[in-house]
Amino acid sequence: MYRYDEFDQQIVNERVAQFRGQVARRLSGELTEDEFKPLRLMNGVYLQLHAYMLRIAIPYGTLSSRQLRMLAHLGRKYDRGYGHFTTRQNLQFNWPALKDMPDLLAELATVEMHAIQTSGNCIRNVTSDQYAGAAKNEIEDPRIVSEIIRQWSTFHPEFSFLPRKFKIAVSGTPDDRAAIRVHDIGIQIVQDAKGNIGYEVYVGGGLGRTPMIGKKLTDFVPKEDLLAYLEAVMRVYNMYGRRDNMYKSRIKILVHEIGAEEMKRQVDAEFAELKKAGTLHLPLEEVARIEAYFRPPAFEDLPNESTELNKAVLADPDFANWVKSNIAEHKVPGYAIVNISLKPIGGVPGDCTSDQMDAVADIAEKYSFDELRVTHEQNLTLAHVRKKDLHAVYEALKKHDLATANINLITDQIACPGLDYCALANARSIPIAQRISERFADIARQHEIGELKINNSGCINACGHHHVGHIGILGVDKKGVEYYQVTLGGAADEKTAIGEIVGPAFTEGEIVDAIEKIVNTYLGIRTEGERFIDTYRRVGIEPFKENLYAAH
Amino acid sequence: MAQHTRKGAQFQAVTANRLADGIVVYLTADAQWSESLQDAAVAEGKEAAEALLAKATPAVEDNLVVEPYLFEVVREDSGIRAASVRETIRQAGPTVRLDLGKQAELSGVHS
Repeated sequence: MYRYDEFDQQIVNERVAQFRGQVARRLSGELTEDEFKPLRLMNGVYLQLHAYMLRIAIPYGTLSSRQLRMLAHLGRKYDRGYGHFTTRQNLQFNWPALKDMPDLLAELATVEMHAIQTSGNCIRNVTSDQYAGAAKNEIEDPRIVSEIIRQWSTFHPEFSFLPRKFKIAVSGTPDDRAAIRVHDIGIQIVQDAKGNIGYEVYVGGGLGRTPMIGKKLTDFVPKEDLLAYLEAVMRVYNMYGRRDNMYKSRIKILVHEIGAEEMKRQVDAEFAELKKAGTLHLPLEEVARIEAYFRPPAFEDLPNESTELNKAVLADPDFANWVKSNIAEHKVPGYAIVNISLKPIGGVPGDCTSDQMDAVADIAEKYSFDELRVTHEQNLTLAHVRKKDLHAVYEALKKHDLATANINLITDQIACPGLDYCALANARSIPIAQRISERFADIARQHEIGELKINNSGCINACGHHHVGHIGILGVDKKGVEYYQVTLGGAADEKTAIGEIVGPAFTEGEIVDAIEKIVNTYLGIRTEGERFIDTYRRVGIEPFKENLYAAH
Repeated sequence: MAQHTRKGAQFQAVTANRLADGIVVYLTADAQWSESLQDAAVAEGKEAAEALLAKATPAVEDNLVVEPYLFEVVREDSGIRAASVRETIRQAGPTVRLDLGKQAELSGVHS
């Protein structure tokens, strides 16, 4: 994985020192809250309902064991022994004190991590596919271009005062696990007929108050021109994005208002100018330098079948269930991708204790080349595990309540922190996810239902990605009482769709029954081999609506 | 943002977050700040509420608290209760992870 060079380390250290001074001046009163707020936000520090929250960037979701151990340590020392992995592949601590923040960030910097650009109207942490470097049909490891974008966008002076925040996601496979079409810019790595690698670019996707699917602006940007193209998009946005109304300030609104054709025309014109100047031409030797950090680890030459694995599957039915749901195919024979669910039955989606972080770090060190990934669905991934080690990995995870066998099943839900923590939220999302998880706890029933993604958000800002859940749940506030609005048919993959509202919202007491009715409707009308989303696409919303509100 | 209060609320108190650590605090009758809602000064009516909020200003200027605001409370025999879900959660911690923090200490509030 990428390692800081002396410049990276220096700018992060200097930023910690600068923020230390700013915190001291705030505490002494030299800075007012109005002066300090933008400064703390630039360093990932929010003030939430109960305390300050620190959002730590995990670039494209990749962590070393050493870094995860540091996060575990910070959770113990400055927080309450746990952290929350988010839909941006970041980690949030819910309880650090402002006065401790400089020390926390200084410790974090010792493992080449920071919280810079995790808030504010700038280019945020680039997100990517958790299967990077391991997926079978990968065209190129998406972390290479993600790292290049990270370096280009960090402290980029032209983009430090954008109309609004800006999120970029990269996918290296045709199967989209990074939700690229609901990002401000989504980059799909592609290969042309001659075998050249380039980038398909989607612009203007997003969730929140006004969900939009990104429009494809180009089929192919050559490798050496990617930064020039991205900069062209940013310039058009920076010039014409609205600054007068924060609800209309994201690039998706600009693209929607002027249309994809006009956006493309303007981006192409800007791109041509930038290419003429040549300053953003990406030297292929520099690409190769970054690429070297992401070279495949030293895979062993192994048979694809593992007799150890086959025996263990036959002997241990719980392990067999885990293999069925949590293991994905690896590009190298004899290896597998392990997904670690952070969704135990009745648990808080994405929460991970310091002890669990330490355990995962040890397992990653021993079995997966010392690194791991955070997924935008709030789980963890060990990208390269020998098949013959799967049972040992499972046993080690089980000891720490990390072996829940539910990836992509109904209890593998996304949930934002919601009103339990967040100052913006209108309703709680975590307890709803917990009650649904408990209702569908039976593993045989979960497998019978099959792939089903339920996404929970506690407000219209949609951090819980409810618009793109197969079933989406949005918490709303009606005169101080929490209600839950349900959408159906959303998807965040290569067939991205925005869910449709099924009807009037439900109370907290009604919502779990409503979800069960929706699931039962699906089970009653599905045909052989159909997932929930397939059935929905075949029959539409009506049958669900009818069953849901018939006796309501 | 969720509703803090409502027009015409009969009883209101003032809350803020402490600057140094962000912890939720309530303005007391003697212009101090307490972590317990039960210590909060309760104002009846709009004018008394505005006067109570004005009492928070020195603590903002002295960099003790940030963002003070009024919120609706209900007076009951057992004490003061926040009227909204949001303020109940601020008072007694998240409704999850009931094993730690204020939610463990004030275990009766969320049940």
